[in-house]
Amino acid sequence: MLRTLLQGLRRPVTEPPPPEDAALVALGAALDQATRRKLGRSLSIREVDAGSCNGCELEIHALGNAFYDLERFGLRFVASPRHADVLLVTGPVTRNMREALERTWAATPDPKWVVAAGDCAARGGVFAGSPDCVGPVSAVVPVDLVIAGCPPTPTQLLQGLLALLTR
Amino acid sequence: MTAQRTLVTEHRPWPRFAVNATAWQEATGRLAAGDATLLGMWGEPPWVHMAILEEPPHPIAVISLACPDGHYPSVGALHAPAIRLERAIRDLWGLNAVGSPDTRSWLKHGPYTFLPVEGDSLHQIPVGPVHAGIIEPGHFRFTCDGETVVRLEARLGYVHKGIQELMDGADLARAAQLAARTSGDSTVAYSIAFARAAEAASGTRPSPRAAWLRALMAELERLANHLGDVGAICNDAAFSLMLAHCGMLRERVLRAAAACFGHRLMMDCVVPGGVAIDLESDGVERLRALVDGVRARFEPLGRMYEETASLQDRTVATGVLQPDLARQFGAGGPIGRASGRKFDCRLAPGYPPYDVLTFDVPVRTEGDVNARIWIRIDEIEQSLTLITQILDRLPEGPLVVPLLPRAGEGLALVEAFRGDLLVWVRLDADGRVARCHLRDPSWFQWPLLEAVIEGNIVADFPLCNKSFNCSYAGHDL
Repeated sequence: MLRTLLQGLRRPVTEPPPPEDAALVALGAALDQATRRKLGRSLSIREVDAGSCNGCELEIHALGNAFYDLERFGLRFVASPRHADVLLVTGPVTRNMREALERTWAATPDPKWVVAAGDCAARGGVFAGSPDCVGPVSAVVPVDLVIAGCPPTPTQLLQGLLALLTR
Repeated sequence: MTAQRTLVTEHRPWPRFAVNATAWQEATGRLAAGDATLLGMWGEPPWVHMAILEEPPHPIAVISLACPDGHYPSVGALHAPAIRLERAIRDLWGLNAVGSPDTRSWLKHGPYTFLPVEGDSLHQIPVGPVHAGIIEPGHFRFTCDGETVVRLEARLGYVHKGIQELMDGADLARAAQLAARTSGDSTVAYSIAFARAAEAASGTRPSPRAAWLRALMAELERLANHLGDVGAICNDAAFSLMLAHCGMLRERVLRAAAACFGHRLMMDCVVPGGVAIDLESDGVERLRALVDGVRARFEPLGRMYEETASLQDRTVATGVLQPDLARQFGAGGPIGRASGRKFDCRLAPGYPPYDVLTFDVPVRTEGDVNARIWIRIDEIEQSLTLITQILDRLPEGPLVVPLLPRAGEGLALVEAFRGDLLVWVRLDADGRVARCHLRDPSWFQWPLLEAVIEGNIVADFPLCNKSFNCSYAGHDL
């Protein structure tokens, strides 16, 4: 078993962070610097699926694999909104998830940011206009940063989240 | 009254019959007796449709009952797998199942009452819809006696987006996009199922190359998902090493998919009439290298799973699904196959190119978490074998042929990584979608999770749940 343990781990597969995306950096820079001094360079993220097809969740999951290793940047996913600085929200907010999203947002202590990940969260995606959806995340809670993509790749997600940490 | 049925001619490839209430109830009786398997049930006012897997010579048939007053005899009253479908039919199409044991709403949310629980020393644990992990939303209401779960009641529908309503009147391109986003982890399978249904409706046959490329993408999708599942199930038994290794392998599959087909999940790569993108010759070499790499790295992981006693201690004899329940519900995929139900629609009824490919369908009978892991481990090898065969024999031909603009109805059954996926579509004379119904494999698996967890401890629920890995989005529509 020791050989299996070490196999594939002798050479790290973790890759350098993706190049910064200028637009995302500008968005990140707009965040309150005083708040950032309080939190340092570490953010706790609570993921909320508010109606996604699960595609975004798969790629958010991938951020944890050895290639992207999200935690080396001080970014970690937490189990409760009460421990979170950031809500990472996906999906075209369904009617049935609206209250849960509002309550999750209310349960997240200030200061907090909301990141809308994926085309559905950003603009409703292919579900825009459905009577069973209430619209993009910004229709329910204030959004600080949008990461486009259907679904956004782990690299795009990482660029977006790192923009929250860089000035 | 005698049973009457009239063939509807424009339905392909399997027959559809308009039936009277007596024939409908006879079919219900065959389902309840175990002589037939329910494949799906949906509404189209004033009709209610039911797809049934019968014994040969008619393996699959759809029967339709007119209910102009909005009522039809409940199937769920005699055959439990239909209960949630009937609740959804009432929510979505306003048709009522007379005699149904459960008339609460399902996909459209409103005031809701959970089933009553009576007994000494019981407590309840409500979980969700926002869960602790990065997963989809749903609510689980556990009733426990100490650590032991005596009842689980799930409430789903949180990610109901009205996909079937959005399909009404959509052109084929938009409808295909919606189908591809019904359940993101099964995007290839949904795209194939929708495409095959639309092609059946219009009488179009895609080229052999397109069919083979679809199968290639479908096996890559199955490979990626099974790798993810094996890692995630072991992780829920606190064995995170497996997740680390399987996570890397899954990532390699997705990167190869992106390199070959331009999208990590291969979303929108399958379109009605064929495929949207070809596989270049360097893609063939890249996929061969992927197959070799995954096989070499995964084989010792399977051995490690087998030899790690602390992990086996969690998975063996945990969350047992009895074979008779799997058969009654027609549970597909690794869940059914781990409980003795050897159904794989790649083999029967079958669709190209699987009829000329060689592969095994692994089956076990223990029905525990361990068996569901082993089915996935064995299917990973089968998918690798299939990918190699496809790369070796990929035929030439056009990528896409235009669909004939013709009115008709089509039904397709496609083997997604979770099991058999059903799509039914009615096209109008302009080739637009008049109606579409998508039935995820999870419809017949979610209710079984409630049976499986009974008598297990609360702490084993994540393990049982992950070993099922049902879709929320695909189910909620």
